[in-house]
Amino acid sequence: MSAVSRRWTPPPLIANRVLRYVIYGGVALYLVVAFGTVELNWARMSEGVVRAGRLFAGFLQPDFTSRWDDIQAGLLESLTMTVTSTIVGIILSVPFGIGAARNIAPLPIYAFCRAFIAVARSLQEVIIAIFLVVLFGFGPFAGFLTLAFATIGFLAKLLAEDIEDIDPAPLEAIRATGAGWWQVLVYAVLPQVAPRLIGLSMYRVDINFRESAVVGIVGAGGIGATLNTAMDRYEFDSAAAILLIIIGIVLACEYASGFIRAKVQ
Amino acid sequence: MLVIENLTKRYATGDLALEMVTLSVPAGQVVGLIGPSGAGKSSLIRCVNRLVEPSEGTIRLGDLDLSRLSRGALGQARRRMGMIFQEYALVDRLSVMENVLSGRLGYVGFWRSFFRRFPQADIDRAFAVLDRVGLTDHVDKRADALSGGQRQRVGIARALVQEPDLLLVDEPTASLDPKTSRQIMRLIVELCAERNLAAIVNIHDVALAQMFVQRIVGLRKGKVVFDGPPDGLTPEVLTEIYGAEDWTATIRKAEEEDEQAAAAGAPVILARDTPLVTA
Amino acid sequence: MPVSIAHDGTKLWQRRTSRAEWLHYAGWFALLLLFVFTWQVMTRDTIWAFVLDAPRQAADIGSRMWPPRWSYMSAVWKPLWDTINMATLGTLLAIVLAVPLAFLTARNTTPSARFVRPVGLLIIVSSRSINAIIWALVLVTILGPGVLAGILAIALRSIGFIAKLLYEAIEEINIEPVEAIRATGASPQQVLAWGIWPQITPAFAGISVFRWDINIREATVLGLVGAGGIGVNLESSLNTLAWPQVTLLLLVILGTVVVSEWVSAKIRHAII
Repeated sequence: MSAVSRRWTPPPLIANRVLRYVIYGGVALYLVVAFGTVELNWARMSEGVVRAGRLFAGFLQPDFTSRWDDIQAGLLESLTMTVTSTIVGIILSVPFGIGAARNIAPLPIYAFCRAFIAVARSLQEVIIAIFLVVLFGFGPFAGFLTLAFATIGFLAKLLAEDIEDIDPAPLEAIRATGAGWWQVLVYAVLPQVAPRLIGLSMYRVDINFRESAVVGIVGAGGIGATLNTAMDRYEFDSAAAILLIIIGIVLACEYASGFIRAKVQ
Repeated sequence: MLVIENLTKRYATGDLALEMVTLSVPAGQVVGLIGPSGAGKSSLIRCVNRLVEPSEGTIRLGDLDLSRLSRGALGQARRRMGMIFQEYALVDRLSVMENVLSGRLGYVGFWRSFFRRFPQADIDRAFAVLDRVGLTDHVDKRADALSGGQRQRVGIARALVQEPDLLLVDEPTASLDPKTSRQIMRLIVELCAERNLAAIVNIHDVALAQMFVQRIVGLRKGKVVFDGPPDGLTPEVLTEIYGAEDWTATIRKAEEEDEQAAAAGAPVILARDTPLVTA
Repeated sequence: MPVSIAHDGTKLWQRRTSRAEWLHYAGWFALLLLFVFTWQVMTRDTIWAFVLDAPRQAADIGSRMWPPRWSYMSAVWKPLWDTINMATLGTLLAIVLAVPLAFLTARNTTPSARFVRPVGLLIIVSSRSINAIIWALVLVTILGPGVLAGILAIALRSIGFIAKLLYEAIEEINIEPVEAIRATGASPQQVLAWGIWPQITPAFAGISVFRWDINIREATVLGLVGAGGIGVNLESSLNTLAWPQVTLLLLVILGTVVVSEWVSAKIRHAII
């Protein structure tokens, strides 16, 4: 063979030349325009740096004591909301999840459950909280309903997908023995989906606690309201204390859920 | 070329994987390393290029004392040793060409290699080895789109493109079928002869080792218990290395398999008339 | 699955031992007690009159909310654009910061398992614990209302999410190709770029697009605390009890979320 050098360059990510330029060009254009629309008020920002410094100092010396009553009340609301909404949510998500599984639910029930789940999942929790506060009044009851509703949407969808994905063989086998619908559910379906359901439920406890801190901003109870007040008053050290508490509880939840999941598996 | 003296490896668990192993491999010689699982074969190979740190002993590659090198100098020394793995160890999502070029990473700076702007000389080397192992048609295919034998050939090409002085081969045929195993072993031995490379080849299949290598070293529990030509592997020696077994039957069966393969229109000898590109 | 012998010699089978059975029921009972207790505490101040009045309220609001005020749409385009930007730019910023964080936190790539990794884990937990809207609340107080607060809020929340999933992917890589690259004499940076990065690219792309989709949803409500986007319109419409406008905004939000979910699913499908 002659010593002609063969050139090589890596093949481009997008093969089609036109498509490649359109996409890269579009992305570049978008970034330029998007950055342009972000208004930076430098005066406000330099003030902001000062405030950020105060917040940071607040983290180093968080104030748990001066607003302790408010913090305690808010925390209690958040925790009780988390517990009740997760329990109710898990219980109710089971029938909805089963009803939304194509392979075991009849069509009208399937349609209804799927629709319900879709609504529960599409709307942001805060928006649901706003409406429930209007309907049910201020306080943790509205928050409880919000989180339970969101929990159902989250768990039921995943449960339904799990059920639809199960190994059909045990299902057929149990059906072939002449078992009724309920028995098929308990013996063939549940054992396959239960471990993951437990893991997801633990994850949802974590999410619900974090959300319980959020819905307080719109009046649905929880520590979010306390935080909102602290920020309004520029009490950065109390605010830092609240944020640290939230982080601490989420950490504890994570450890606990890891522990429980390990035991269940 | 490679001189190993009193190599000892003790793992943190207390296992003594290698004990006072002394071995010397001249250029151009292919050594087959045999022994039962846990005998220390893998540890020995990995101690040479210090993927595993030796506990005691010295390893010399030519004039260079590998065991005393700093991190940076070790990187440079590793360029001279090509390693071939049992499970091919290719980066699955990269193409064949990129996998082969990764053998030149020790020679090319970070940013040049990141943007795949290798010097033309390296590209030429890569094409040359790909031609030699017969994979020119697969240059831009993803590595995981190839068969086992093809992937191992990419692994061989990656080791060769480094232009090494030594090949460290860790069970190259363990994941391959018998026919492909023979092709790969034949390829490795031919390449070593062509380029005057020293090589240590870890093999679990004794019959395969006997067929292809010039010298066999047997390890048992970290110690060298045999060092000689392939026909020195009598059943007594094999018993000492592996333990009691019907060795005569194993050896006869292997000879038969080889005759059958030869009769059935033996594996194709890969293209040999491609001149080596020297930089 | 214990088997036991009854006093007349027949073999009995129970699903669990008696002790395990007892513990099982005790566990459920404890859970029930917990629920009852927390329910009582939570609803201590609940005004049940309001709760019972809810259906009537719902009907009332419902009638005021329909039909939606379509003409309001013209005022919605710019805030919608802001919302999408907040989500996208926030996600991009988070990606830039989360990738090095993930490498510093993964067990197999961290420079120091004793010092750097715990710090990385702490940063990730802190970022994850605080929802975007709370970050937004804090940032609006510091930086003032506007899109910048929203972008940073989204970014701060997303860093933890992306970094956590990414470091889990890094810890699961196949070690052999990494060994092989190291054996060629490559520098540690090259080992990262050639041995590790190609193995996690699909995970990285999937995680990023997934988070972007979630962030679109989060960005729609950040305006409620002043951080720009369509939430600002929602806040003002609610304050002025302009219910038909609220309905329109909800429809717009719903539509945006549906579209972004579709786009995200398509892209993730193409990556696999």
